[in-house]
Amino acid sequence: MTASGTFGYGSEFADFLDLNSLGGIIVKGTTLQPREGNPYPRMAETASGMLNCVGLQNKGVDYFCQNIYPEIKNLRPQVVVNVAGSAPEDYAECAARIDALEGIPAIELNISCPNVRQGGMAFGVTVEGASSVVRAVRKAYHKTLIVKLSPNVTDITEIARAVEAEGADCVSLINTLMGMAIDIEQRRPKLSIGTGGLSGPAVKPVALRMVWQTAKAVKIPVIGLGGIMNATDAIEFLMAGASAVEVGTANFIDPTVCHKIITGINSWLDAHSCSSVNDIIGTLQV
Amino acid sequence: MKKYAVDLLVAANEFLDATHFLIVLRKVDAHEAWPEVWPGQFVEVLVEGSSSTFLRRPISINYVDAEKGELWLLVQAKGDGTNRLANLRPGDLLNVVFPLGHGFTMPKAGERLLLIGGGVGVAPMLYFGKRLVERQMEPSFLLGARTAEGLLELEQFLELGRVFVTTEDGSAGEQGFVTQHSIWKEERFDRLAVCGPKPMMVAVAKMAKQWGIDCEVSLENLMACGLGACLCCVEPTVKGNLRACKEGPVFNINDLLWQI
Repeated sequence: MTASGTFGYGSEFADFLDLNSLGGIIVKGTTLQPREGNPYPRMAETASGMLNCVGLQNKGVDYFCQNIYPEIKNLRPQVVVNVAGSAPEDYAECAARIDALEGIPAIELNISCPNVRQGGMAFGVTVEGASSVVRAVRKAYHKTLIVKLSPNVTDITEIARAVEAEGADCVSLINTLMGMAIDIEQRRPKLSIGTGGLSGPAVKPVALRMVWQTAKAVKIPVIGLGGIMNATDAIEFLMAGASAVEVGTANFIDPTVCHKIITGINSWLDAHSCSSVNDIIGTLQV
Repeated sequence: MKKYAVDLLVAANEFLDATHFLIVLRKVDAHEAWPEVWPGQFVEVLVEGSSSTFLRRPISINYVDAEKGELWLLVQAKGDGTNRLANLRPGDLLNVVFPLGHGFTMPKAGERLLLIGGGVGVAPMLYFGKRLVERQMEPSFLLGARTAEGLLELEQFLELGRVFVTTEDGSAGEQGFVTQHSIWKEERFDRLAVCGPKPMMVAVAKMAKQWGIDCEVSLENLMACGLGACLCCVEPTVKGNLRACKEGPVFNINDLLWQI
């Protein structure tokens, strides 16, 4: 699957790969009300990665339902909507609107965006906060509920168990790691709001460790993401216990990368006489 | 306009002055499809082997010869990424995603257009000039640089049309900035296309606004994907935050929120 905020609504990449070859497309974080996002500059390149503080710029759920949904509902890959908000009621209302759309089998609840002051990550970093959002959304949303977890916590398994207890069907991890970069000539942060979320290969070891810990801690499936650039990276996540993976920042470097990763996983499975990806999920020997 | 992600062959790569170099790229297979490129569009190139350069580098398209399948990139050596591009040798391959973004508006018949480039910002004006010549229009260029040496591709511009020059030290053309050239007193223009350092573009935009001339500028906001997906490169406009890589990089100054 493609990770939210890195693949637009799919159409931006249609010239480069067959969208129908993907397992799923997780579309950009959607909120109840439209958001302009944070001021420019929103991006800083770092060693083996990048920081962003886009801040959930989107046109709101009504615009999504009226203008974007008709364009994407007939895509063969599963289209999952990433839902964000600043209060449990907002999340629930936004989720309810998407519940009504046919052909969208799941939402990914973003309780982990580090770039908006109100809400977002504030919910994802405490058991109480995460539980309150999932509880509200679970009442309003009846399809598959994926909860995207923040790595900016002491113990991610605690949060994972809490959202599982509130009825999450699945967790995805990790969202970006909070970081910063400084322009030493200006003595100012490179990002407009000072901090941002780190993504790319720089975060992969952290993501892998958290997926491994979480997969052991919960019974619901885990989706792994964080710095996956190629098939080897993806297979590592699967072995660590992820039932599926999302690819994000790598799409910026190579718009055809998802196709290469899918082909690469299949070749590896064939070469190792595995009949399906299920043969490797969670098979890490420690 | 279909976009491509392809390996192109480096046919030549040479420095034009101390800090600017020209990469000439050619399609690997002569029968390969070649996209229609609009003046002002850009490419995203993959820089390999650099520990500090993670993202692709967005670079303005300098010139295109569609028949030969040739693409020119005029680049300023600035950081590790562009310095690695400077080291590409003929025969090397460069992975390029193109053509990207929304370019300049073609003038209507009879419209007097001035193409203004400063420093490495002259890059898109060469291809724009070529396209105007193809439409039987004679392009007028106003090119600015710090010194005579920094006037890039002057010969190619002279082959296409009229060229007015300013240098900050007076070593070529008139001394000063592009906004101070005597051409502004001698002729009237209906439309301006500008690419260069932001202070230069703002200065030209101010004049354009004052005189009611239609003016487009090419922005170089920091980009990650270049495809419209990540929303990192947005520019505040009267229509909200727009993506420099998709709705831009060329914007009409009336849409921008510049204090002019």
